[in-house]
Amino acid sequence: MSLQEAAAAGAAAHSHEETVTGTGHAHPSDRSYVGIALILALITAAEVGTFYLEDELGSILIPALLVMMVVKFAMVAGWFMHLRFDSNLFTRMFVSGVLLAVGVYLAMLATFQFFSEQGEPTPVVRYEEQPQ
Amino acid sequence: MSATTAPHPGSDEVVEPTPADAVHHTSTGLSNEKLAMWTFLGSECLLFGGLISTYLLYRNRDVRGGPTVSSLYDIPFTSVSSFVLLMSSLTMVLALSATQRGDQTRSRIWLLTTALLGTTFVAGQVYEFTTFVKEGLGFTVNLQSSAFYVLTGFHGVHVTIGILILLSLVVMSLRGALPAARSEVVEIAGLYWHFVDVVWIVIFTVVYLIR
Repeated sequence: MSLQEAAAAGAAAHSHEETVTGTGHAHPSDRSYVGIALILALITAAEVGTFYLEDELGSILIPALLVMMVVKFAMVAGWFMHLRFDSNLFTRMFVSGVLLAVGVYLAMLATFQFFSEQGEPTPVVRYEEQPQ
Repeated sequence: MSATTAPHPGSDEVVEPTPADAVHHTSTGLSNEKLAMWTFLGSECLLFGGLISTYLLYRNRDVRGGPTVSSLYDIPFTSVSSFVLLMSSLTMVLALSATQRGDQTRSRIWLLTTALLGTTFVAGQVYEFTTFVKEGLGFTVNLQSSAFYVLTGFHGVHVTIGILILLSLVVMSLRGALPAARSEVVEIAGLYWHFVDVVWIVIFTVVYLIR
């Protein structure tokens, strides 16, 4: 068997198995990727379903949507972006950005009374109403 | 580090460098390019976080005439767009997998499919914007419309940049500049593409579904 034939056979053998990258980390197989995509599609279908069941779901609507959003986010980041399989340093860099953004903007929304009982933030002062 | 590793003694063949050769010579033992992309994506979270929270702040306020954004949503249509973008993440990882195996043909097919799905998503966004403007919701009609267009427009620009990157990869592949040893280039482009997808996952839920 020539070198090229051996390489081709090796590539074929790998096509349905895990792929080992240059950094030595094993990435999932194509079949695993398709499985993850199917789960993501099902979760998306469930999300869209909540739009038609808004009244029935009542107060659990928003928590349910947020949980499904977080699960989808984690699955794409973990499997498709390979955070589950790559170095923890990559995870730390990304999660730091996500947490910083969530913290900063939750604080900003709280400052503008976004979560207040009234639900309406401070009214906008129109230009013509400003004190002289 | 030299561009190519040393050939075997007595052999004329030149051995292509692998990504493993490259990463062993960084201080972290990891690819600097990949680390840079993850740092960039971490910083992008702040950009989109700012745009999303601005929209949240303005979506119920200062509506002086003109329709509200949420009254014009076409959820079934946007759901299909979201599904298309989600599936483009699948085709992107399949492109990476094919590149890592050295399967150039499949790599190009999956890259082109990803670009096509991305283009479909952007076309859907253009259609949505056009519909909204025809309904009287221009960019400057009220604060919530400005915040909505800036948020979704910025995301659309990111998708468009991603499409251009994917097409560049196809051209590189056609020129033979994308062998299995350089699959990290596809992986880094894929990180950007998946990030655009996860941002849309958040936008779809927070902006469209939670009203």
